[in-house]
Amino acid sequence: MTEMWMNMGPQHPMTHGLWNLRVKVDGEKITEAQPVIGYLHRGWEKMVEARDFQQIIPMADRLCYGSSMTWSHLYCRTIEELMDVEVPERAQWIRVIVCEMQRIASHLMWLAAVGTDLGSYTIFLYCMRERELFLDQLMNLTGARMTYNYPRIGGVRNDLPENFERDTLRVLNLFEKRLKTEYEALCDKTVSYRMRMENTGYLSKADAMNLGVTGPNMRGSGVDFDIRRDDPYEKYDEVDFEVCVEQEGDSYARYRVRMREMQESCNIIRQAFKKMRPGPVRVKAPRNAPKKTAFAHVEDPRGEGLMYVVGDGTNQPYRLKVRSPIFVSVSAAPVMLIGEKVADVPAIMGSIDMCLGETDR
Amino acid sequence: MNIDLDFSTIYTFMFSLVSWLLWAVGRVLGFIGIDEGSFFYPIKQFLVDPQFVTFVSYLLVAVIYFVFVFLFAGLTVIWMERKLLGRFMDRRGTQVGVLGLFQNFADGIKTLLKEIIIPRDADQKVYTWAVVLIIATSAMLMGLVPWDDEFYAVNVPLALLLGLAVFSLAPFAILIGGWASNNKYTVIGGMRAAAQLIAYEVPMLLVVVSLVVMTGSLNFVEIVNWQNDNIILLVPLAIGALTFFVAGIAEVERVPFDLPEAEAELVEGWQTEYGGFRWGLIMLCDYIRAYIVCALFAILFLGGWLGPEPIPGAVWLLLKTFFLFFMMVWVRAAMVRIRTDQILKIGWRRLLPLAVINLVVVVLIKVYSVGGW
Repeated sequence: MTEMWMNMGPQHPMTHGLWNLRVKVDGEKITEAQPVIGYLHRGWEKMVEARDFQQIIPMADRLCYGSSMTWSHLYCRTIEELMDVEVPERAQWIRVIVCEMQRIASHLMWLAAVGTDLGSYTIFLYCMRERELFLDQLMNLTGARMTYNYPRIGGVRNDLPENFERDTLRVLNLFEKRLKTEYEALCDKTVSYRMRMENTGYLSKADAMNLGVTGPNMRGSGVDFDIRRDDPYEKYDEVDFEVCVEQEGDSYARYRVRMREMQESCNIIRQAFKKMRPGPVRVKAPRNAPKKTAFAHVEDPRGEGLMYVVGDGTNQPYRLKVRSPIFVSVSAAPVMLIGEKVADVPAIMGSIDMCLGETDR
Repeated sequence: MNIDLDFSTIYTFMFSLVSWLLWAVGRVLGFIGIDEGSFFYPIKQFLVDPQFVTFVSYLLVAVIYFVFVFLFAGLTVIWMERKLLGRFMDRRGTQVGVLGLFQNFADGIKTLLKEIIIPRDADQKVYTWAVVLIIATSAMLMGLVPWDDEFYAVNVPLALLLGLAVFSLAPFAILIGGWASNNKYTVIGGMRAAAQLIAYEVPMLLVVVSLVVMTGSLNFVEIVNWQNDNIILLVPLAIGALTFFVAGIAEVERVPFDLPEAEAELVEGWQTEYGGFRWGLIMLCDYIRAYIVCALFAILFLGGWLGPEPIPGAVWLLLKTFFLFFMMVWVRAAMVRIRTDQILKIGWRRLLPLAVINLVVVVLIKVYSVGGW
């Protein structure tokens, strides 16, 4: 059979979100791959230049509804750097807690998507079921289901509601139990799941570093780096956690990294609840920014999220640049895909956890 | 060669009904003056011709079977899959109507009302006839599989061989259907399906050969009778039964062997371009084939309609079949789809040796235990 180009996405069920992957196939084998993005471009960076700093917070939520808390948190941290605002301790702990809950919810959504990619609706429904527990807690805290608009410049919007700690710990207990029983039985112990995930989508350590891939995808390739540990923000330097690294560099390693990270997030949330003390959760932030630049980066569920802001003395940013992790990860698609089979495209591209909202901005 | 076809009571009933009806028509025609010498006399003669009566009764039985088969599949097998998958996935499954039975009818009506679309660049004739081939073979298989030793559509001496031959027409239909759609996804899906079905046909046939060696018959009724006299074949042929079941899941393209219609990368594989009621019938055929594989397994290895007395044989067969279908749904809920090369590897390197081992075991049992040829 001769070679032919095949389009995958955006009208095609393989892609998570609006993007297009053009693959050239020789029979079933992939000889070339071209990711095409831009279907979801909303001009985010331009739009924020016409809004003042407070108005941008709910826009930052919309960068990725899978992990909206992280992005509004990152935005607030960047502006705090710009304005030299000191965040109260309790607010920092609350941010640690909500970001880790968001990380678990985001990873669960990732596993759900991988489940449907591989043809297992059971994995999808189980993950969505558990994700709902965390969404319920976050909704209890913020009032919104997916776009939270909760962090503020100088703290967080409100203190934890009554019984939040008790309910969250219950959710964690239930989730950890299911992580060790149901998920292990469905994924790690199922032969067909391992057959699909192991030895596919290989990304070497050198490739991962050279391409700038970050987050769980990078740690799955054996790079021991985590912004939470190596450039700690908020209270991450006061909690004790392990950076999950796997050496294999295949889809299964990326899967293992995320599963272990969910466990670590549970531990972090537990420690945070123990170390938290009563106090104020928000300080007043100035309205206008000084004439300078600032940047902040956090460990997003998908990798390194970075924002760079230029202040010009007004109450609006002169320029705000977002560095999104998936924009870089998706450019590693040809490295991972060439030589693999068509059937592996969903599994491999699913395993890097696509989110196009933040990629196209 | 004299093949004495053995027809069911429903056929006999339809035959007498049709001959009575046409005889009545002839009486009416004679009454209004169309009789010997009339210009219209040949029409009357044609209507009461025994060959025409036979043809009409064949047709009526076929229509009854067709409607019954599709209603049966829609009502029981698809409903079972929906409800059981719901349980496995910690949700409720379909809930429309009594026990969720009405959802199937709603879906049927919905697909029936959809517009029939043929892609502009498709090979129209092949595109259409591929579906007909699949539907026809599935319905025919349903007629071949008996429910009881006295409850069947037709009892052919070489039923098992005929059944597998009809079953193996599917890869041909799928391949040409995928090709005729003129779509990259359907072509790849069709090729995958053909490769997979051919690969799993071989171990399946080898298991059937071992069955023939054991029982000395290719007739379902005789095979079950042999099991009644001796032992259910699952005991001596455990390896073969396992091989048959795995190959059967692959033959009906269910998870984990549903790669030909993988919706994640090939949209729906070879069925991508089929829409409306064609798609509905193809889907129904999938379930009918799944039912047939389960029923075949029950007949060949679990003693078919044998069971304690008060419950009728057909119910026993249904119970065994549904239990096997339950296992298929369980597999679907627990597994993920595997890749083409892995499917072929399992087919050629695992199942084929297992089938050969099974054959050797059967021959040894036959020679040393049952008492030679």
